[in-house]
Amino acid sequence: MAAISRDDVAHLAKLARIEMTPDELDHMATELESILGAVKRVQEVATSDIAPTSHPLAIFNVFREDVVKPSLTNEQSLSGAPAKAEDRFKVPQILGEE
Amino acid sequence: MTNIHATAAQMADSLAKKEFSAVELTQAHLDRIAEVDGKVNAFLHVDSQGALSQAKSVDEKRAAGEKLSPLAGIPLALKDILAQEGVPTTAGSKILQGWRPPYDATVVAKLKAAGVVILGKTNMDEFAMGSSTENSAYGTTQNPWDLTRTPGGSSGGSAAAVAAFEAPLAIGTDTGGSIRQPAALTGIVGVKPTYGGVSRYGVVAYSSSLDQVGPFGRTVLDSALLHEAIAGHDERDSTSINAPVPQVVTAAKKLDVKGMKIGVIKELSGAGFQAGVSERINEALDLLVEAGAQIVEVSCPNFEYALAAYYLIAPSEASSNLARFDSMRYGLRVGDDGSKGAEEVMSITREAGFGKEVKRRIILGTYALSSGYYDAYYGSAQKVRTLVKQDFEKAFEKVDVLVSPVTPTTAFKIGEKSNDPVAMYLSDIATIPVNMAGIGGMSLPVGLAKEDGLPVGLQIMAPVMQDDRFYRVGGTLEAALLSKWGKPILSNAPELGGK
Repeated sequence: MAAISRDDVAHLAKLARIEMTPDELDHMATELESILGAVKRVQEVATSDIAPTSHPLAIFNVFREDVVKPSLTNEQSLSGAPAKAEDRFKVPQILGEE
Repeated sequence: MTNIHATAAQMADSLAKKEFSAVELTQAHLDRIAEVDGKVNAFLHVDSQGALSQAKSVDEKRAAGEKLSPLAGIPLALKDILAQEGVPTTAGSKILQGWRPPYDATVVAKLKAAGVVILGKTNMDEFAMGSSTENSAYGTTQNPWDLTRTPGGSSGGSAAAVAAFEAPLAIGTDTGGSIRQPAALTGIVGVKPTYGGVSRYGVVAYSSSLDQVGPFGRTVLDSALLHEAIAGHDERDSTSINAPVPQVVTAAKKLDVKGMKIGVIKELSGAGFQAGVSERINEALDLLVEAGAQIVEVSCPNFEYALAAYYLIAPSEASSNLARFDSMRYGLRVGDDGSKGAEEVMSITREAGFGKEVKRRIILGTYALSSGYYDAYYGSAQKVRTLVKQDFEKAFEKVDVLVSPVTPTTAFKIGEKSNDPVAMYLSDIATIPVNMAGIGGMSLPVGLAKEDGLPVGLQIMAPVMQDDRFYRVGGTLEAALLSKWGKPILSNAPELGGK
């Protein structure tokens, strides 16, 4: 198994949208290495003839009639918004320069 | 006169007989919180006004002769991972500081409808990731038995509140042991119901295929009363089981285990467990034999891989679940000065809002799910999950319930494991298989370890939707222990009060 480099962690942090400091990246690389060392034991018994279990229950889609029911008001939905404008969530720019 | 040391069932009885009012009972607990919570730090938020107003409404209904549910007027501590309308809900994280949910979790709605008095929100490891509450962004909780030790986690605040008589009942959540482990370390009863037995709607998600809400109490019967109040199908949770709730209150009162077969899991005993823990567990098993049960040794050879599989599955699901904390609709937003784009603000906010362990698990989960590594890590972990389930199925062909210690040791010192994630993860070694298989389990206090005088918990496990079985065994054993000790285990804990 390849060692986890600082660049690998930087890539993962980018995917996870967490802006880590150089110090954190170094630290995380060391820790990840040690945790992966401990958890890779799963490979010892995970042979190809075993079916994976993704969920404890045999679950199926649950359907209901598509009827309108009372739900949160606009005001309630926006009550925790970091910023709002014109009865909507106000977010930073998404598409770059206007 | 109110008595905060009584059981919830006794309090309910006194309320019904109008020996005291729900307002008086609530005030007595608020006074106790004011007296001792500076030392214990079980609560993140105390909602005195809301609690007293709910208590008053119960008193009015009782005076009017309305029919009330069994727990009407009984105070409760709520883990801060459940949404409660208008009351701060942080999940122990800075990223949710100041958030007041606009709705109630289903469990909260059920508690309110039953007239239960919610005293406040309890401390926890951030997003339930931890085994000590040391990962809370708001400081650690102290174990009422010894303030230099952790109460366990992640539901450490809820367990400590019940053990310190700040509340007779509490709600926790259990993803890998987060109810059972703190119950064991604080000498109280804690139950993780069968997966799907209690609604997860309105519970901040950590690992959706493992998370389950459950009760804490000082007795088996109290836990059963709370279990019945919160359990049942919920159309708002697609993984909620649409079947009758197991008769746990009846089972808790049965006090009879004659003819039951109890399986001791070979792989979860002996080596690796503190001597004083094993000793109390063995004594408890002797009591069960005296009560007419039969002890059988069973082997679950794949359990030794469960911990490793858990630390791939839970972080993987967490990395996906926690993507919702994106600073757009609620919660913290940092760095939005008008010059930065949404993704940059998101990244700065998540860096500022998440603690170390949360980042560690998100990164680990992102790695385990990333292309090229998926089969080797996440895929292999899912196969181990199959093996663990099969181990349980085979064992339950031979026995009615399985038992093991809840934890390898008694409560550890604050700071002892906080810099070694792998050592901390090991404290969940006996509880994790239960979550992997989706079955239920109970932690029952069975005495104090002789090395340190701290509580030891016995884990009792039953097949899916047979939760009544561990209440039956737990209730019987509790009665036998009580008659042996002559007083409840918590009477050995320090008083804490008196400033």
